[in-house]
Amino acid sequence: MAEEVIIEAGHAAKNYWRDLWKNRELLWILSRRDLLVRYKQTLIGASWAVIRPLATMTVMVFVFSKVAKFKGDEGVPYSLMVLAGITIWTLFSTTFTQISHSILLNSNLVTKTYFPRLIMPLSSVVVGFVDFLISIGLFLVMAVWQNHLPGWQIILLPFFLALTLMASLAFGLIFSVMNVRFRDIAQLIPFLVQIGFYACPIAYTSSLVEESQGAWWYNLYYLNPMVSIIDGFKWCLLGDGSFFKVSSLYPTIGLIVVALYFSIYYFRKEENSFVDYI
Amino acid sequence: MAVIVAQNISKKYIIDHQKAARRGRNFRDTFSEKFKHFFGKGQEDEVEQEEFWALRNVDFTVNQGDVVGIVGHNGAGKSTLLKVLSKITEPTEGRVSIKGRVASLLEVGTGFHPELTGRENIFLNGSILGMRRQEIKEAFDSIVDFAGIEKFLDTPVKRYSSGMYVRLGFAISAHLSPEILIIDEVLAVGDADFQKKCLGKMRDVSQSGRTILFVSHNMAAVQSLCNRAFYFEHGLLKMEGDTTHVVNNYLSHVAKTQLERYWETPEEGPGSDEVRFRLVKVAPEYQPGKQYIDVRTPLKVQIEFWNMEERANLNLSLHLYAFTGECIFNVGTTSQPFDKGLVSATLDIPGNFLNDGSYMISVMVVKDTSSVLYQFSDAVSFEVEDHREGVTWYGKWPGYVRPQFNFQISQAEVLV
Repeated sequence: MAEEVIIEAGHAAKNYWRDLWKNRELLWILSRRDLLVRYKQTLIGASWAVIRPLATMTVMVFVFSKVAKFKGDEGVPYSLMVLAGITIWTLFSTTFTQISHSILLNSNLVTKTYFPRLIMPLSSVVVGFVDFLISIGLFLVMAVWQNHLPGWQIILLPFFLALTLMASLAFGLIFSVMNVRFRDIAQLIPFLVQIGFYACPIAYTSSLVEESQGAWWYNLYYLNPMVSIIDGFKWCLLGDGSFFKVSSLYPTIGLIVVALYFSIYYFRKEENSFVDYI
Repeated sequence: MAVIVAQNISKKYIIDHQKAARRGRNFRDTFSEKFKHFFGKGQEDEVEQEEFWALRNVDFTVNQGDVVGIVGHNGAGKSTLLKVLSKITEPTEGRVSIKGRVASLLEVGTGFHPELTGRENIFLNGSILGMRRQEIKEAFDSIVDFAGIEKFLDTPVKRYSSGMYVRLGFAISAHLSPEILIIDEVLAVGDADFQKKCLGKMRDVSQSGRTILFVSHNMAAVQSLCNRAFYFEHGLLKMEGDTTHVVNNYLSHVAKTQLERYWETPEEGPGSDEVRFRLVKVAPEYQPGKQYIDVRTPLKVQIEFWNMEERANLNLSLHLYAFTGECIFNVGTTSQPFDKGLVSATLDIPGNFLNDGSYMISVMVVKDTSSVLYQFSDAVSFEVEDHREGVTWYGKWPGYVRPQFNFQISQAEVLV
């Protein structure tokens, strides 16, 4: 006969992960919805996905290399470095933002129907990821044009990609839960993303930071898990010429794994009461 | 076989009286509260938190094939119960075990996205309700047909009329094939034609042996569709059992009725210097075994007032208002002279005259057929419940009156 479901206070559904797997179609449909809706009633439609990263890169390269006269690492074209940095940072910041808002944006579903709530943050990753694919295509075109093609290091790209998505989940999930009760989070997020943009090696390279080893902020800089991920990602695309301190990666991995474990735990603990506070 | 067993379930909400709602709190509020508590301030004067039990110690069992109607006033805990059973919110205490695939319809068209087309929304809504992609594909043509929106399949639903929107939403949910179906007041929306379609579909589902839990304020529908009923009041399961029994009990408790107003002495009664009311009363002649007024019930209105003047030419005028404020009728007595003292009057409102609904009565005392001595507004109020025989349609019966005029139909000629 059919399965038996127990509903009880604080009862973590035994089959949660199986339910999540069973609902994978819903996950796909929700992501598809977000993708479809995105460029509805626009004139040029999906072209926006190409125009936006291209325009951002152009402005940044102009401002940082022509006006502020920033230098990249030796033997690495500055514009390529910026584009690589923007690509991975945009992936992190958009997925992080989307995840943080995912529960609130779907509040009509939360109050009227049940499915494992993790589906909402997970499905919201897809939009950011599609943007990322377009952006990386753009990078490859630019790399051919500048005659600086990626080397063997590119095979490690999926690893850094996975770390980025894990990081945005780890931080995004906690925020998405808090956002349900405290709308302050919605105010805080754009601000955090803006700080992150300057605190991470996007427009500059970490080798500049290495010159200030004694400074009080030197260790703080590497506490930011995104620093080593971005360095690693740039190294994958730009080769050995790009600065990457491998030893900075280990604490990052540790931090992300712990944070992810904790945030999933927190999410699972709170998800059944979302509807009471939303 | 028991498919739903609820043991002692309770659901508690905390209501903040100072802040209007739980909705959208911010850090500062919580921090400043904590801060004040830390310094031993602000416990009594600042935030009054009140516990509110939306459900309290509810126990019941639902067997396979049961069609259970859930009745009760607004805020009695019906919707909370459905939310608990649908796993949308978890109970504060207690335990429920459910055997079988559950589908909940708490809303028509849950998750519809206005920018997406009808076609896209069918897949979106179907998935949200728990259908597999393959199932939706198989049911697709039938859904479109049922909703009658072929022409608009590729139009964004934001351009749909509200009727089309609701029809599409219901068409999708009608193609669910769960073992247990939970429905909340879906019938409250849509026109009569649509409600009829919904009820027909629900009857089909129940006849196929599936279990249904159905919240509704439409007593006629509950009585026709359900074999059992639960009556909730203030979060408690007040009564359960045979539908007719439970519904009768519920209806006899329906509030907002004040059938009688009575005052001992002229000093207490409402009125003016010339007249004082003693009694305004609606005395129903209930149907056998019923304790509430339905469309068949004859009503006798009794009015008594003290006349304080000698030899006054008086008459009574009675207005019956629908709850919406329209006057349904106005009847008056003849004008005649009365001595100082008590005057009494009765009015018969026959059965099979008023339609179901809420009504109020106002009474006026008029002197010399021209000047109003006193108008007693909303003196008494009562509710008329629905009752139908020999019909299978349960939409709202239109009109304020439902008289049974002599209306004959016959075969005039036979075509050979």
